[in-house]
Amino acid sequence: MMRYLLTFILLGFCSASQAVLNIEITEGVEGSLPIAVVPFQWTGGVKFANADVSAIIASDLARSGKFSPLPNKDLVAYPKQPEDVHFPSWRMIGVDHLVIGGVKQEAPDQYLVHFRLFDVLKGEQLLGYSFAATRSSLRSVAHRVSDHIIKSLTGLTGAFDARISYVTARQSPATKGVTYLLQAADTDGFNAQNLLTSSEPIMSPAWSPDGEQLAYVSFEHGIAEIFIHNIYTAKRELVSKFKGINGAPAWSPDGTRLAITLSKDGNPDIYILDLVSKSLTRITKHWSIDTEAVWMPDGKSLVFTSSRSGKPQLYQIAVAVNARPKRLTFEGNYNANASISSDGKTVCFVKGENNSFKVAVLYLDTGLIQIVTDGPLDESPEFSPNGSMILYASQYKGKPVLEAVSTDGRHKQRLGLSDGEVREPAWSAVKK
Amino acid sequence: MKNYLLVVLMAMTLAACDQNVKPDADAADDSSGAQVGAVDDAGAGQALSVSYDEAAINDANSVLASRVIYFDFDSSKVTGDFVELVKHHGKYLSANAGASIRLEGHTDERGTREYNVALADRRAQSVKRLLMFQGASSSQITVISYGEEKPAQLGHDEEAWGLNRRAELVYQ
Repeated sequence: MMRYLLTFILLGFCSASQAVLNIEITEGVEGSLPIAVVPFQWTGGVKFANADVSAIIASDLARSGKFSPLPNKDLVAYPKQPEDVHFPSWRMIGVDHLVIGGVKQEAPDQYLVHFRLFDVLKGEQLLGYSFAATRSSLRSVAHRVSDHIIKSLTGLTGAFDARISYVTARQSPATKGVTYLLQAADTDGFNAQNLLTSSEPIMSPAWSPDGEQLAYVSFEHGIAEIFIHNIYTAKRELVSKFKGINGAPAWSPDGTRLAITLSKDGNPDIYILDLVSKSLTRITKHWSIDTEAVWMPDGKSLVFTSSRSGKPQLYQIAVAVNARPKRLTFEGNYNANASISSDGKTVCFVKGENNSFKVAVLYLDTGLIQIVTDGPLDESPEFSPNGSMILYASQYKGKPVLEAVSTDGRHKQRLGLSDGEVREPAWSAVKK
Repeated sequence: MKNYLLVVLMAMTLAACDQNVKPDADAADDSSGAQVGAVDDAGAGQALSVSYDEAAINDANSVLASRVIYFDFDSSKVTGDFVELVKHHGKYLSANAGASIRLEGHTDERGTREYNVALADRRAQSVKRLLMFQGASSSQITVISYGEEKPAQLGHDEEAWGLNRRAELVYQ
């Protein structure tokens, strides 16, 4: 049952392509903390619509699932300076925290974004920062402010000043073909950047730990090949083109190796490609399917999907030659495509049952599994860098969309594409 | 719109020549392994006593005109009449060393994308083993796995899924 408690739509600004992500919060804001973000005052220049800093902060806080920003019409005052804040009137309306700030234009393309975060109950300032920005970095700076607020109030490392990548597919009636695009965008869907356009499939984008490179599979030469693509320099390197499958790239936590799936020796098995020495180490050796490896945060083991028991299940294996895998999932006959939270304690994956594929969360310490989405065709789940949300691909009204759900399943939002299909989301750890 | 109609027509044609599309909650798992020579698919052991000349591939009335093999859910086992069909193609390749094919493996949209790439690869490999058992040479066959990325039929129902779980023989 969908509860449209809070819905707002942000129309994405899009510089490099037509694709625009629209974000809606569709489910659940119960238990989130009331916070007031007072619209920032602009001085020395005119506010422009694409960089409404305080609105960006409020929407990030809402999307985190941890906060319920007050609508502007419910604000009791518009304080600009700390001395203007009258705490009792904010307490009266039940607000726990208050954000005030402003944007000051200092030169034609030089801005200063300043903000303060207050604990309303204690009547104390918790944070106060200012950041330099240019016109093109104002949105990014706003996301950074959100990350600071979230870190201060929840202890979680914020993840909004980051990039997400995704693959889109557009049916072209003219050529009867499909155009595949690999794109990257801010976490709110703005500033979309087109990285690759192809008439053949693009799959499995994965961010390097430094957030500068994407590894992905492209069929652009009629076969599956793995590329590494620097999103800032646009430099591209072909790193794997063995006979058969070249798939499922996953970066090691130190960014020096890729776990990949190859079938060159007869079956899909997991290998580790050293990006410096280019040497290849075989990790699994089994006649069944082994694929979809991801790294534990300590870099010492991998979690992967294997059909060695007859049906796809998750296994963990040490990064070593001749290591023996340990089975992690036992319930049901389709458990696949793991992503691991940054603290290494939780695994999210796709659980298939009776023709319905949903995202589930496995708590490694207890072995308990919780299903957090509704299906029926949910796939490609990936934790946000701070582990509080899971981004995944789903279907809405028969159309592929991206959705994000809080790890406890209570809070949900949809990132729909205005044009074409969107799939395979990946969330970068940090933004350069 | 024209394009859509074409897809529907193609799908209808495919459906007409496919008696084996069925949902299978508990399809027999392919545990035959992929070690070459370990073929244990039903009937694979019997060699076919037919011979094809080079032009046979262009005969629209020949069994060779059928070039799509369909599979059960999460299975890479060639079943039923498709075993016979693959054998005929194997005989053709065996008799015509100059012929070569591209074997494309596909899955339906259910399940995860990379697992489906692996599954589709195994489907194509199953077909390849059968072809080779009839005397086709490995060098005549190029395998490529697309997983769920290139559906033959758009849609989210059993009919579309059945048409998408396939291996296609593309003569080059």
